[in-house]
Amino acid sequence: MALQSRHLLGLDGIAAEDIFTILDAAKSFREVLDRPIKRLPTLQGKTVVNLFYEPSTRTRISFELAEKRLSADIVNFTASSSSVKKGETLIDTVRNIEAMKIDMVVVRHSSPGAPHLLSRALNSHIINAGDGGHEHPTQALLDMFTIREKIGALKGKTVALLGDISHSRVAMSNIYGLTKVGARVIVCGPTTLIPREIDKLGIEVFHNIDEIIPQVDVLNILRLQLERQREALFPSLREYHNYFGITRERLENATKPILIMHPGPMNRGLEITSDVADSEHSVILEQVTNGVAVRMAVLFLLAGGRSEIN
Amino acid sequence: MKLTKNVIVSRKGFQPLPKKIMLKNGKILDPSLKLDDEADILIENGIIKKVGKQENKGFEGEVLDCKGKIISPGWLDMHVHLREPGFEGKETIATGSLAAANGGFTAVCCMPNTSPAIDSQEIIQYIKDRSEGFLVDVFPVAAITKKREGKELSEILELVEQGAAAISDDGSPVMNAEIMRRALEYSKMVEVPVIGHEEDIHMTEGGDINEGFVSTCLGLHGMPPVAEEIMISRDIMLADYTGGRFHVAHISTAHSVELVRQAKKRGIQVTAEVTPHHFVLTDEAVRGYDTNTKMSPPLRTEQDRKALCEGLKDGTIDVIATDHAPHSFEEKEAEYIFAPFGIIGLETALALSISHLVNKNIISMLTMIEKFALNPYKILNLTPPQIKTGQKANLTVFDPATKWKVDPSKFLSKSSNTPFSEWEVVGKPFGVINNNQFFLSVL
Repeated sequence: MALQSRHLLGLDGIAAEDIFTILDAAKSFREVLDRPIKRLPTLQGKTVVNLFYEPSTRTRISFELAEKRLSADIVNFTASSSSVKKGETLIDTVRNIEAMKIDMVVVRHSSPGAPHLLSRALNSHIINAGDGGHEHPTQALLDMFTIREKIGALKGKTVALLGDISHSRVAMSNIYGLTKVGARVIVCGPTTLIPREIDKLGIEVFHNIDEIIPQVDVLNILRLQLERQREALFPSLREYHNYFGITRERLENATKPILIMHPGPMNRGLEITSDVADSEHSVILEQVTNGVAVRMAVLFLLAGGRSEIN
Repeated sequence: MKLTKNVIVSRKGFQPLPKKIMLKNGKILDPSLKLDDEADILIENGIIKKVGKQENKGFEGEVLDCKGKIISPGWLDMHVHLREPGFEGKETIATGSLAAANGGFTAVCCMPNTSPAIDSQEIIQYIKDRSEGFLVDVFPVAAITKKREGKELSEILELVEQGAAAISDDGSPVMNAEIMRRALEYSKMVEVPVIGHEEDIHMTEGGDINEGFVSTCLGLHGMPPVAEEIMISRDIMLADYTGGRFHVAHISTAHSVELVRQAKKRGIQVTAEVTPHHFVLTDEAVRGYDTNTKMSPPLRTEQDRKALCEGLKDGTIDVIATDHAPHSFEEKEAEYIFAPFGIIGLETALALSISHLVNKNIISMLTMIEKFALNPYKILNLTPPQIKTGQKANLTVFDPATKWKVDPSKFLSKSSNTPFSEWEVVGKPFGVINNNQFFLSVL
């Protein structure tokens, strides 16, 4: 199968078939990662620009490794969006880079919609590596890939996203992706960190973690941004941990094994305790490995590859 | 002399009216005179000489055939950002006035968020000098507080004496209730309205669009409707307490409309205006991240949009004003969160109002004209133009049935930041007459 989309701007606008096409292709690339020689000639001669307007360590490295393993030529561009704002416009910067003949742009930006803006201005394929509080589609795809690898088909599974949903692009992409493939999605967090009318996306909203633990197959624990305390969104880290932190004691109420996920970076002892993060149910490091495979799949498919060709 | 669509005839683009001119066969609609008639208007030296059937025979002067067109008293857009002084790259008093005339307006109020702000006699005088001799009357709105900082009252009495038609800190609210109370109290001496940009900035800080389902889907920070409603409630109470006159700028939510409706019932001196974009669009238009959907107040929901139409219909909302807010192309072609708030409106207001209000049977043509031509003058305590013998000819002529496609390349505004580009609309400005000059629309 080839992708229907020219870009990967988010999981909102993408067809469910495209999600499965990517996840299937990622399976083959995941196997490649366990080989002694991990490099494929797939994207030889193609140039990918990693455009990071926001600090990122793991996503940037993950994309870079995915590109290298597919033998693409890589250019990295890192800038702070606030400083760039005063000088050249985003469109001008990227048009200049495109004029040097490139094929794909991976973009991370603090403004929701920045990848959409680029997709209208450029001919290259655009991959959204996180746009503000909007979407982070490759993260959600790697989460879905991990769930599928660990506990099988996504359809009918109950996945809970915990914590700061209001500011989480990871949550949004997971919601769009998981609902599309038939999973049951729960969000749980303090009322002040759940955005308005999110239930209209076909998900359930909870505010008590102990209520949901007996119902779920997967807990995807989101990172809490510490500055939210200053915005009066929660009163203290202590209270947050006491009511919303995932601890071993809480998990004892589980009625079946629960897959523990976290997109990183973790605040150990806050949203997740170390004994949970490092437990046998945690797949946090596997998520990271799978991230490279999923990104290889996205790059490969957008460049015109088909999922049945290995 | 031939009437031509030539905008470069004079420096200002406005042309002197022929000494004697007759507007033939137009439909005359004047809400202040309850006039709804097909008649001819004879104008001599810029003054209406006669309204009624006229014979062509023996008439020595220009004849302008207005068959199928509506002639109304000249329109006043009481909420315009002319950007001068300070932001001449976006708009100037000259280009903004041309845009106004092109859109069917013969007068505008210009808002004080210029640089420097309109908070001194000198700036009022500057605006008067820069618009001297124009077809379009430019009425400055002075700042409520010095530098629009919300801290100390500006010299309101002097500013009004110099020519300010109202006071407002538009672009910003007056957050301090005590300052707003004193502004409403003090301005009573000169009978100008206090125009409120209603927004609790603690609740809207960092926001880009309406808070609701769409902001959730798009990951954009929301500006809750209640941030507007809280401030309108407060200022209605202050207007009640002080007896001052409070005018709500760009009302945008269903609850706001209800608040104004109830206040009016209780006899409080409150009036309200709405923009065409708020009664035409909803926050659904933001999907796709077109920065021409970013404005303050933001586009709201369908429920709000319907309530605004209802408010126009039952008279709760007195005025249609555009909040014409020009921004340069490069400022708007930015990431959504970095793009400035605001869109232009002078050259689309007429068509959007006919297409989305009159033709959808929400209000009649006469009521629409009332909200463009009569009520703004009343609220500002200015004498409204009328179509009768002896009056200065101050007229808006438009074609209510012409279908056209909005083409920003024909705008005379210096900016083209509109979400309505390429829209199919009905109703087109034909031309305006005022101050013994005329201008034919080039849309």
